Amino acid sequence: MKLLVCISKTPDTTSKISFTPDGSKFNDAGIAFIMNPYDEWYALVRACELVEKNVGTVTLINVGGADNDQIIRKGLAIGATDAVRVDAEPKSALFIAKQIAEHAKSQNYDLIFCGKESIDYNGSEVGAMVAEFLDLPFVSYASKLEVNGGTSTVERDIEGGVETLEVSGPFVVSAAKGLAEQRIPNMMGIMKAKSKPFTVVAPVAFPDLAVPVSYTLPKEKTGVKLVSPDNMEELVRLLHEEAKVI
Amino acid sequence: MVLVFAEAIKGQFKKAAFEAVTYGAQTAQLLGSQCVALTLGDVQNAGQLGVYGANKVLNINGAAFENFDSQVFASAIAQATEKLGATVVVLSHTSTGKSLLGRLAARLNAGSVAGAKSLPDVSGGGFKVTKGVYSGKAIATYEISSPIKLISLAGNEIPLKATGNEVAVETLEVSAPASKVKVLSVKRQEGIVPLPEATTVVSAGRGMKGPENWGIVEDLAKVMGATTACSRPVADADWRPHHEHVGQTGVAIRPNLYIAIGISGAIQHLAGVNQSKVIVVINKDPEAPFFKAADYGVVGDLFEVVPKLTAAMEKFKAA
Repeated sequence: MKLLVCISKTPDTTSKISFTPDGSKFNDAGIAFIMNPYDEWYALVRACELVEKNVGTVTLINVGGADNDQIIRKGLAIGATDAVRVDAEPKSALFIAKQIAEHAKSQNYDLIFCGKESIDYNGSEVGAMVAEFLDLPFVSYASKLEVNGGTSTVERDIEGGVETLEVSGPFVVSAAKGLAEQRIPNMMGIMKAKSKPFTVVAPVAFPDLAVPVSYTLPKEKTGVKLVSPDNMEELVRLLHEEAKVI
Repeated sequence: MVLVFAEAIKGQFKKAAFEAVTYGAQTAQLLGSQCVALTLGDVQNAGQLGVYGANKVLNINGAAFENFDSQVFASAIAQATEKLGATVVVLSHTSTGKSLLGRLAARLNAGSVAGAKSLPDVSGGGFKVTKGVYSGKAIATYEISSPIKLISLAGNEIPLKATGNEVAVETLEVSAPASKVKVLSVKRQEGIVPLPEATTVVSAGRGMKGPENWGIVEDLAKVMGATTACSRPVADADWRPHHEHVGQTGVAIRPNLYIAIGISGAIQHLAGVNQSKVIVVINKDPEAPFFKAADYGVVGDLFEVVPKLTAAMEKFKAA
């Protein structure tokens, strides 16, 4: 079984988000970066579980600069076999997907994993793009995945429910909560990661067709209006007359 | 021309489809162009999309569209885009739309904005659209530079506008690729509005002390016609089903009204609910961080406050 897991680097979930004064760039001062939680907790761990149960390899791929090596090493420590970093600034989803597809097209992966979305741009786009570039099926929001030979059974979250699918042959899957449980890398994993194959490749040329040009922060809440716990009629009145939401 | 894919579930449109058509019609107006709505498979009363501003409604029928497969659907929408020469394609930012957007971008070599929250700014011949980023903690303006522009519209952002009349539905033919995906079963909760579509959400957390106490939350939700939700610890402890979990790793929601009961408001929880228009927090701890993100707050024992709120709501609804 030959698996590929696409990982991205995002600010830690507890980060306070701010931008440069002109609003053109993310301000990364004091920000701790992590592997995108959906990529790490669900996509990567499920991929590792599948090769542990059967036989095979898990390759990590990331598009980014050398400062991403730290999260790639963590992925190797969690259990991936080897890693590829495409050395380019990841500015747009389609550019990233193109780089991943370029790597994957000659590798005959059985499954390509990604997280359901990254917690910075929240687009859910890259997985579907990779699938289209490679002409593969795409199953998003998988909360359960079993592989039996060339056929896989997937449960995916849909609005207000769950869909169960059977997919034949290779496909791209995006991972949601439930697909696996978070793993903390142990000392042995961390030591082994240091000697696992890790290659850096140059990107292929591809234009950025949609890019963020400016950022703003949402309007601050003007402050909470406290209502007495003994006067719920007042809360109802406020929601109706002032907030106009009921 | 603006092409809108109006998605249907079991042949019926959801609000998201009407919002997408409203958005497409308003975008077409900005561009001095026409709005065409596209439906796939057996759809009931597709002509009603004209009411929301579609100048034309097209249907591609066939057994291939009975169940959702992004490969088959994206192929049909891409063929329609090319046949019609559409320059803007609008989808809904739903589980379906999200699976299609990236595929269409790769196939049509088009820039895309996932989860748009505003109409495009087309001044100076540009095309700029805003969307939430950093899990709702910020808003980014994207510029799309490709000849074809792709947008998936976030839910509950564009007020529906019924401006037109029903139109006749025309048929379009495309070739559908064979599907490699077989749908074995679809289980949907019947009789409730799914969280991503809910306009009012009543949510509760660890302050409830145990699953046996959820009756008061359900009572309030029932009176308000709201959908129930919960925080992560509650879902992790199996007090409530996994699909009710809202937050960073659960469902991200953007209702008009979010009532948080006994939830402290960890930053990961806020990331999933901070795009709600109005937030009410009920918590006995006045220092709970959630109060900083709230519009209205009640400091008190939820076991007393919630039944009182339910009673007040009942009185209001009856009036």
